[in-house]
Amino acid sequence: MTPDVTSRSRAPLMRRLAIASEPYLYSAPAFFLIVAVMLVPLVLGISYAFRDVQLLNPFSGGFIGLDHFRTLSEDQAFLRALKNTLWWTGASVFFQFVFGLILALLLDKPFAGRGLVQALVFLPWAVPTFLAGLNWAWLFNPVIGPIPHWLYALGIFSEPNNILSDPHMAMWGPIIANVWWGIPFFAITMLAALQSIPRDLYEAAAIDGASGLQRFMSITLPFLAPTIAITVLLRTVWIANFADLIVVMTNGGPADRTQIVASYIFTQAFKRLDFGYASAIALVLLGLLLIYSMLIVLLRQTLLNKD
Amino acid sequence: MRAKKLSLTIAHRLAILAYIVFALFPLFWLLKVAVTPNDLLYSEGVRMWPSRATLEHFEFVIAHSAFPTFFRNSVIVSGSTAIAVTIIASLAGYALSRFSFRAKYWLIALMLITQMFPLVMLVAPIFKMLTPLGLTNSLAGLVIVYTAFNAPFATFLMQSFFDGIPKDLEEAAMIDGATQFKAFRQIILPLTLPGIAATLGFVFTAAWSELLFALMLISGNDAATFPVGLLSFVSKFSVDFGQMMAAGVLALIPACLFFLLIQRYLVQGLTAGAVKG
Repeated sequence: MTPDVTSRSRAPLMRRLAIASEPYLYSAPAFFLIVAVMLVPLVLGISYAFRDVQLLNPFSGGFIGLDHFRTLSEDQAFLRALKNTLWWTGASVFFQFVFGLILALLLDKPFAGRGLVQALVFLPWAVPTFLAGLNWAWLFNPVIGPIPHWLYALGIFSEPNNILSDPHMAMWGPIIANVWWGIPFFAITMLAALQSIPRDLYEAAAIDGASGLQRFMSITLPFLAPTIAITVLLRTVWIANFADLIVVMTNGGPADRTQIVASYIFTQAFKRLDFGYASAIALVLLGLLLIYSMLIVLLRQTLLNKD
Repeated sequence: MRAKKLSLTIAHRLAILAYIVFALFPLFWLLKVAVTPNDLLYSEGVRMWPSRATLEHFEFVIAHSAFPTFFRNSVIVSGSTAIAVTIIASLAGYALSRFSFRAKYWLIALMLITQMFPLVMLVAPIFKMLTPLGLTNSLAGLVIVYTAFNAPFATFLMQSFFDGIPKDLEEAAMIDGATQFKAFRQIILPLTLPGIAATLGFVFTAAWSELLFALMLISGNDAATFPVGLLSFVSKFSVDFGQMMAAGVLALIPACLFFLLIQRYLVQGLTAGAVKG
């Protein structure tokens, strides 16, 4: 035994216990709250997936095995929602990222009034999502919104219609609202990464005669790559789960054309009060997200091993 | 060469202008319809500003509708959530920042898991759990749920603020005989006040925007938060556009105020939970 340990063990037992338990006391409120309000319902929800849980039916609650999943595999609305989720997530992330990156590059240059401009262009992120959804639904509404009339004037529409009620176009409504709302998120994270690139690299490259495009390709992009990868991958999961705009703007309609899996879960739980079926869909979504995350981890491993 | 530089500058400013217009136009339109008198709403179509502006929609919404109740409910829920989360997250963030203990990695893993799974999964089980406790249709129920949802992200955020403060400060205080908790309360917390303000702002905005759980857990008008009230108003009286948009403008005000409060910390906040929008 080292002298240090002997002297410590001579301290009163209560005092040692108090010191050892201190970090646990600090984290106990957060721990218990998260377990009670998130982990327990998560486990409960997984069990619902195998039970017949309907709010309005007092005799429900029995174990029914894989029945929900059998129904699910033949549920056309669910299969459509799967396809829509890919479309919604892919298009939203792509446009948010491209426009967010361009905005970050524009804001990276110093100019007069940059602080004010930042506050203005980042403002959409502060708009509550339900309001963003309503606001865009009104803009698309031919009664009070300008967009259908502009599209009509440009000759794109033969008459000023609401694209949210057009089965072929409806998905673009929530996607545009989502892009508007989400550009600041990408712009802010990209801007932070841009500003951490050492400035002298650009100066050295300029002295060596590199053009603007060359500097972008060989300095900016390689430096941004890790941030881009992490932000895009995490944001993809977040947007795939993001149902607010769709619930507010179209409620999944017309004819389930804008239903994504997350909004389908909500519709089943909220409108039909079929908690068992909703939980079964949620479990499938969770499985898909897990597979996606594992693919990412694998991809990261192979990329790291290459270096 | 100078002409090229000038044209580049002009292109840069034009691009910035386009972004500003895109970002602000929907909010401008909200305000424009909110101040358009009913008789001009349909006749003037897509004019950029009505020939006659009025505040009558705002007056009606404030004096003769349930929106003040919704507004008050939302302020209570978002404010209580923000305060509760900030207290809980300061404690847990401090533990993560300053101690190494056996359960630390389990705690971090637990909080990361909660950031990865779809929260909409919890709508049904939480409703079932809260019903026998009498916490559905109550503001307290919403506060508990929102506090738990925001605690992980806020903990990481507070941890990042604590990490930025040198450890020597508490060590000096503890040599002078203070307990660690006293050092935390009297030395570290005052130094993290800007971080605490940022956390309050982020959580307030998140709670103010939450829609799906509020829709599920609240059914009456008395406990409805702003999003629930506005959506039920929209589905019931979908012709009173002026009033709806006036209510929308009112819902925007606290969100914008808190946005100004947290603007300096956006980067830290957006990367703390890494998945939090």
